[in-house]
Amino acid sequence: MYDVLIVGAGVVGSAVARELSRYSLSVAVVEKEYDVAMGTSKANSGIVHAGFDAKTGTNKAIYNVLGARMYPKLAEELDFPYRENGALVLCFEESGRGKLNELLEQGKRNGVSGLSILDGDEVRAMEPNVSDKVVAALYAQTSAIVSPYEMTVALAENACDNGVEFLLGQKVSHIKKSKLGFDVKLSDRTVSAKVVVNCAGVYADELYNGLTGRQQIKIVPRKGEYCLLDKKCGSLTDKTLFQLPSNMGKGVLVAPTTHGNIIVGPSANDVSDKDDIDTTMEALNSVFDTAMLSVPTLSRRNIITQFAGLRAHSEGGDFIIGESDVANFYNVAGIESPGLTAAPAIAVDVAEEIAARLNADKKPNFNPTRRGIPCFAKMSDSEREQLIAKNPLYGKIVCRCENVTEGEIVDSIRRPLGATDLDGVKRRTRAGMGRCQMGFCTPRIMEILARELNVDATKITKYGKGSHVVLGRTE
Amino acid sequence: MKELICINCPLGCRMNVDDSNIEDIKVTGNTCLRGVKYAVSEVTAPKRMVTSSVPVTGSSVSRVSVKTTNPVPKEKIFDVLKLIKKVHAKAPVAIGTVLYPNICDGVDLVATSGATKLD
Amino acid sequence: MKNCDLVIIGGGPAGLAAAVAAHDAGVKDLVILEREPTLGGILNQCIHNGFGLHTFKEELTGPEYAARFEQMAYDRNLNYKLGSTVINVTKDRVVTYVSEEEGLQKISAKAVILTCGCRERPRGAINIPGARAAGIFSAGTAQKLVNIQGLMPGKEVVILGSGDIGLIMARRMTFEGAKVKAVVELMPYSSGLNRNIVQCLNDFNIPLKFSHTVVDIKATDGRVSSVVIAQVDDKLRPIMETAEEIACDTLLLSVGLLPENELASYADVEISPITNGAIVDDRMMTSVEGIFECGNVLHVHDLVDYVSEESAHAGRCAASYILSQNSKVTGYVPTVGTNGVRYVVPQKIAKNDSVEPISLRMRVGNVYKNVEIAVLLDGEKVASRKKQIVTPGEMETIVLNSEIVAKVKIGKQLEVTLNVGGTK
Repeated sequence: MYDVLIVGAGVVGSAVARELSRYSLSVAVVEKEYDVAMGTSKANSGIVHAGFDAKTGTNKAIYNVLGARMYPKLAEELDFPYRENGALVLCFEESGRGKLNELLEQGKRNGVSGLSILDGDEVRAMEPNVSDKVVAALYAQTSAIVSPYEMTVALAENACDNGVEFLLGQKVSHIKKSKLGFDVKLSDRTVSAKVVVNCAGVYADELYNGLTGRQQIKIVPRKGEYCLLDKKCGSLTDKTLFQLPSNMGKGVLVAPTTHGNIIVGPSANDVSDKDDIDTTMEALNSVFDTAMLSVPTLSRRNIITQFAGLRAHSEGGDFIIGESDVANFYNVAGIESPGLTAAPAIAVDVAEEIAARLNADKKPNFNPTRRGIPCFAKMSDSEREQLIAKNPLYGKIVCRCENVTEGEIVDSIRRPLGATDLDGVKRRTRAGMGRCQMGFCTPRIMEILARELNVDATKITKYGKGSHVVLGRTE
Repeated sequence: MKELICINCPLGCRMNVDDSNIEDIKVTGNTCLRGVKYAVSEVTAPKRMVTSSVPVTGSSVSRVSVKTTNPVPKEKIFDVLKLIKKVHAKAPVAIGTVLYPNICDGVDLVATSGATKLD
Repeated sequence: MKNCDLVIIGGGPAGLAAAVAAHDAGVKDLVILEREPTLGGILNQCIHNGFGLHTFKEELTGPEYAARFEQMAYDRNLNYKLGSTVINVTKDRVVTYVSEEEGLQKISAKAVILTCGCRERPRGAINIPGARAAGIFSAGTAQKLVNIQGLMPGKEVVILGSGDIGLIMARRMTFEGAKVKAVVELMPYSSGLNRNIVQCLNDFNIPLKFSHTVVDIKATDGRVSSVVIAQVDDKLRPIMETAEEIACDTLLLSVGLLPENELASYADVEISPITNGAIVDDRMMTSVEGIFECGNVLHVHDLVDYVSEESAHAGRCAASYILSQNSKVTGYVPTVGTNGVRYVVPQKIAKNDSVEPISLRMRVGNVYKNVEIAVLLDGEKVASRKKQIVTPGEMETIVLNSEIVAKVKIGKQLEVTLNVGGTK
């Protein structure tokens, strides 16, 4: 019997797992997919929001501000890409200035520092590619960008290092209350735990309602579609560019990624299928057209890929955090934007509460640091020289677009909670993230995966069960 | 009556070939004489080169590519491919090494890439 | 840092031809840097025949064609390094590369020839909506899996794009027992050779649907389960009423090739937005002194024979640059394509004492019948060729002889134009 079972290995589940791993508790994470960060955590804007957006006093506002403050230290401890680039909320009409001021005041009330209003020319002095139509903007100095999947991997790896067990490819099919806690039926086994933490993202309602037998919460999957632009457009903007919500809609963002691409999106469409992350022509067109209001020189020619993610929108509108009606069952649900920002802070509170409930002490040997995969592309030549001298596999470039070496790929597979499929390698190392989108490196990465995992190349998948890259041999 | 696309140039003339009398094949729709020549050969004895690759053991490469030394009758392509499936080469293989003699009508199957032997 | 007269980046057909020619023109201190474990580049996976008719007057397969050039390199004892990836080139021609054996190395070169080839346009670049599942490959990736690794990308296949690689893969997959259900082409014509349409599709009754595109991809359990295709209107917009679902487990994309000019851009080489390759003069020199470019990294060729020819020329020009055989360049004469000529390479003629003949290579933007391709020097026709047909898929070449080259003076302009519907 586990002390705590966390359902879902997204950023929220992984952050809760890492916080719980500070305590003398036996903790497991179950995840229906074959890797961590497979849901919303791999397909979102990757923004650490400053915290002016959410209504004062809500969970969203409180945890946004607390979470944002945790990022610099967290990024250093866990070695994931994070950069405080600042954000601008662009206002296109004089009549919008009032709203801009409201946002500024709300931000101040929420405890956000570094906010100011700029006029159009000041905005363009800061970001020369911003549209001439912009009349003013709210500048949020503390807004930052993060690689959300690399952060999730880092949290999970560190949790794993500190004793948390990850059960991947295990879907919860049934959960029921037992004398001592809960019995949870998984794909190929049943486990029991004293405490269950529901971090199941868009499936959080099914898990909780399945336990209580009542429709207590409802999560609406809200699809957000994005385009990613080639690194050669990376200088289009350094700041994250939001649009002031107007009667034209909520607007879309144009932002740099931590790796120097430009991300454009998201759309917002409620869908009924919780697995529907198909991209659509309509949404992509509308996203791009809307983004061009902010940066008119954006060109479709430079799109290298599109993707979609589902945000877990709770009907109540706010995050649902804490112990539910069922004792020892905790919900961390409805974690849509600014959920990524909030996750570390939510995790601290939830873990503290659970540790108190279970009378658990802090472990003396908790290791807060995690070494990331060395990123060859971002190194100086002398660092590269040293690395290759130590391990010649760092001299073998596999992904030519992102300059990812065989050394990094092998590291991504061999580490705890290592990659087992093409997308896992991609998220951890960026091999295949570049402009050719795995055209050249697919065969090579398949070979490396097959060799390292000691399986036949025909068994290699794109993202776990069923997604086999090839369907057999030519013989 | 057969319809053919001429392959001699990008024009790609759509030709009608009347082969009711095999002694006197009539071609229409062609622009030049090369079209007639191609059409006649296509309706009388169409032939194709067959290329593929086969596994090789004892080398750092796992496969070598192969071709028929000459075109083979079009209708025998899949027979030839069936025989190619049986070929397992052993290193060393050089370009031109015969891997299946007389695979079809006196035509050999030869390697078109090499495989050096591992020590 | 080491010094070297000439560094050639890429050991494919372009790099090999350039190296051999530079050597024969007197540059012995040269090195070819190749990232793959073998020379020959993409030809190694092009196991079909049809290469070399111009160069060797016989029909070779890709690996055989490559082997001929590799042999020329061996015969001359040319220096080459395999498994060596160039990660940077500066505008003062310092080349940084890494390899397992040598670690990180820098070479300062008198001249650099970029022969990095091209890559395939991926799904993302053409915005095909739908599932993000396994079973979607660019045709060249599938070609490598099948021909080099003996792996089957899938059993039931739809191919988007009727470029030659797509057509070749339709036959290749059929040979390996797959069912190719359709080849779907956005344009009303194919950019592939008629010969490939006949021998790769018609021979096996594979339907080719012009003016169609893929509008959705569906998946089950992480693998493609069908694609939805639809006809497009004259503005290439899908007509959704014509949508038709085709069950398949694989979608191959053959939707265009893009020169790989990342290294060129690090060296501040000026890139043409039309070819996506460098802007070069008739010596194949880019906007950066001493950096040359040829082959598919310069502009995508349809025949490897032309790559070899162009690259041998680049090799000779790099040699005469290194050996200072020509007088200083005093200025440039631009070449422009008009009236249907989409681009001309080289984009300018460098004027010095050389009156060597110059090959102008070009592509047109549409299909035209009964045309004259004319070269005008300040409006006066100096060369021309009549063609029954020109298509975007087929590169055209016009050679300016020494007499014409002598007349090309600074201040003038060379225009390559199409006279459609008979000749003027």
